[in-house]
Amino acid sequence: MSLMKKHTHLERNSILMLVCIIVVVLIGGIVEIIPLFRMETVIEPVKGMRPYTPLELAGQNIFIREGCNVCHSQQIRPLRDEVVRYGHYSLAAESMYDHPFLWGSKRTGPDLARVGGRYSDEWHVAHLKNPRDVVPESIMPTYSMLAKRAVKLDDMPAHLKTLRIVGVPYTDDMVEEAYNDGMAQARADSPNIDGLKARYGDKVNARDFDGNPNLTSEMDALVAYLQVLGTMVDFSDYEPAAGAK
Amino acid sequence: MLQQNSSNTSPYNDDVVRYFALATVFWGVAGFLVGLLIALQMAFPALNFEPFLTFGRMRPLHTSAVIFAFGGNALFATSYYIVQRTCHARLFSDGLAKFTFWGYQSVILMAGLGYLFGVTQGKEYAEPEWYVDLWLTVVWVAYLVVFLGTVIKRKEPHIYVANWFFLAFIITVAVLHLGNGLSVPVSLLGTKSYTVMSGVQSAMIQWWYGHNAVGFFLTAGFLGMMYYFIPKRAERPVYSYRLSILHFWSLIFIYIWAGPHHLHYTALPDWAQTLGMTFSIMLWMPSWGGMINGMMTLSGAWHKLRQDPVLRFMIIALAFYGMSTFEGPLMSIKSVNSLSHYTDWTIGHVHSGALGWVGFITFGALYYMIPRLWGRKEVYSLKLVELHLWVATLGIVLYIVAMWIAGIMQGLMWRSYNEMGFLEYSFVETVMAMHPYYIIRALGGALYLGGALVMVYNFWRTIRGDVAAETRTQAVGAVA
Repeated sequence: MSLMKKHTHLERNSILMLVCIIVVVLIGGIVEIIPLFRMETVIEPVKGMRPYTPLELAGQNIFIREGCNVCHSQQIRPLRDEVVRYGHYSLAAESMYDHPFLWGSKRTGPDLARVGGRYSDEWHVAHLKNPRDVVPESIMPTYSMLAKRAVKLDDMPAHLKTLRIVGVPYTDDMVEEAYNDGMAQARADSPNIDGLKARYGDKVNARDFDGNPNLTSEMDALVAYLQVLGTMVDFSDYEPAAGAK
Repeated sequence: MLQQNSSNTSPYNDDVVRYFALATVFWGVAGFLVGLLIALQMAFPALNFEPFLTFGRMRPLHTSAVIFAFGGNALFATSYYIVQRTCHARLFSDGLAKFTFWGYQSVILMAGLGYLFGVTQGKEYAEPEWYVDLWLTVVWVAYLVVFLGTVIKRKEPHIYVANWFFLAFIITVAVLHLGNGLSVPVSLLGTKSYTVMSGVQSAMIQWWYGHNAVGFFLTAGFLGMMYYFIPKRAERPVYSYRLSILHFWSLIFIYIWAGPHHLHYTALPDWAQTLGMTFSIMLWMPSWGGMINGMMTLSGAWHKLRQDPVLRFMIIALAFYGMSTFEGPLMSIKSVNSLSHYTDWTIGHVHSGALGWVGFITFGALYYMIPRLWGRKEVYSLKLVELHLWVATLGIVLYIVAMWIAGIMQGLMWRSYNEMGFLEYSFVETVMAMHPYYIIRALGGALYLGGALVMVYNFWRTIRGDVAAETRTQAVGAVA
C-alpha cells in the first residue's frame, strides 16, 4: 500500500512528524472552539444579568478556594426531574461573568445553580458551620472557620480591574468603590447602601448575612454569593429561541 | 544508591531515569494514600479537618498526585529510558534532563501545597495557579528539547513507534496547557488569577483540555510504554506495523474532538455536544485497534503469561484499557450520559482506566526497568509481583463494581417519581444510599495501596541486590 510506504518519510524525519502531529491535533479543537466566539449564537440575550458585587465576588473566590465546585454543580440540565428538583434549566448567559465557569462535573451534593433565595441566611450559616446540625445525614465537611475570619476586601479594586481586562463590564465607579461596596453589602444599615444599589441594581441583597454585626466575615461573603445564585435573570419575559428545546 | 553503576554497563544516561523511577514509586504511594483518605471522608465526614484537610481541597491533591506526579514521573522515566534505547543515542543533554527532574518535582510541590492552602483555579486537572503554570511551561519546553533532541541525534534511521506516541503526548500537552491556562493574575505578588474565558467558552476549552489530559497524558504516553515494554518482555515484535500507523494517527486525530461529551445537556450549543458524542463513539475503534495490536504481540508467546507476572501486569492493563475505552464511548451517548453524568459511575469509569490501565502498565514497566537500571537480572521476588497483581486486581474490581452500583442507583433515584407524580427521593436520601458503596470503594482503594506497598518492599530488596530463593530457581525472561 503506497500510503503506508509514504509513512516512511515521517518515520525518518522527526521535525516533519512533529509538524504533522500538531496539524492533526489542532483540527478538532479549532472546529469546536472558534465558532463559540460568535457570542450572539451562543449566549441568548436575557434581562437581569449583572456582574457580581465585590462581596459576592469575594464569596465566589471562597467557593473556589474551598473546592465547593468539586461536589456541587451549577448547571441544571433541561431534563424533567432536574427542572422539578432545581428549577429552570441553566442558560448560557447565567455564567457569562464566571471566570472560570463553575458548572462542575459531580453531584456529591445537590446542584447550586438556583440555590439563591431558597434557604434563609440563618440556615446557610448553620449549615456551613456544621452541615449535620440541619441535615443529619449530610457528608459535607464543616466550614465553621468562615464565620471567624474577616473577609479580605481591601484588594477588591484590583480584582475588579483584572476582571475588566478579561471582559466583565465593571465601570470606573465600581472599581473605585469596590471596598466600600463590599463592606456596605454585609450590613443592614450602611450609609453606602444607596451607592451600592445605584451601581448594581435595586435587587442586590444587602444585609448582615452571618448575623454578626461585629465582623464582616468570609461567611458573609460566601452566603451573599450563594443567595444571588440563579436569581439574576428575569424569567417572566424569557422565551427560548425558536427551535430550542 | 543512585550513583552506582551509572557508567559500567550502559552508554545511556540512566541516572535521571533512576531518579524519575523512584519518584514514580514515591508519588504513586502518596497519591493512592490521599485517594484512600478522601474515599474515607465520603463515608465518614468526621474525617474532614478544616481548613487544610477538607474533601474540597484534598480531591485535587489526589487527582494531581496520581495523574501528574505518579503518571507524569512514570512518563518521564519511561520516555527517557525508551528513547535512548530505540534511538541508540544518549539523552540530548544531561544537564537539561536533570533540570527536568528537579523542575518537575518542584511543580508538583508548588501545586500540591497550593491546594492545601486553597490556591486553585478551580478547573479540574488544571487547578494550579498562574505562577505554577508558567514554571511548568519552562520545564515542559526543556522536556521537549531533551526528548526531541535525542530523537534527532538518533543512530537508527527510523523513529520507533513508541516515540511517536511520546512525541504526540509531549507536544499536545503543551498546546492544551497553553490554551487552557490563559489567565490574568490580579497582582504579580499574589497567587490569584482570573481565567481569560468565561462561561460557555471557558467550559468548552476546559474540557477540550480535560478530556485530552486523559487522551494524551494518560493514553498516548502510556501507549508509548506499551509499544516498547510488551514486545520487550514477550520477546516478540509488535503484532502489526500497519495497525500501529493506523492506530497512532486515528487516535490522536479523533481524541481531540471528544471533549464536549463532558458537557451534554448543558448550555453548550447542541451542535458541539453532538460532534463530541460522534467522535467519542468513533474513538472506540482506534482504542481497540491499539489494544489488539498490544495483545496480539503475544502471538506465539502466550505461554509466557502463565509464568511471568510482569507480562501479566501489562496484559491486564490492556484488558482494562479495552474495557474502559468501550465504557467511555457508551457513556458519551447522550441518553446514557443523562443518567451517568454527575454520578459516581463517572468516578468508577475513570478509575478502571487509571487504576487498571495507567497503574498496571506503569507497574509492569517499573518491574521491567528497575532491576535493569540497578544492574540486577530480575526483580527480588516474582512471587511478590504476583501477590501485588492479585491484591491490586481485587482492589480495582471492588472499586469499580461499587461505583457502578452507586452511580447507576443514584442516577435512577434522582429521576424516580412516585405514583402522585412527585420526585420520590430527596437529595439527601440518595446520599445516604451511597454509604455502603463508599465503604466498599475505600476497601478497594486500600487493597490497591497495599499492593503498591508490596511493590515498594520488592524494589527496596531489588535495589539492595537481594534475590529471593524462588526467583533464583526460576528462569524467566533473561531479556537484555
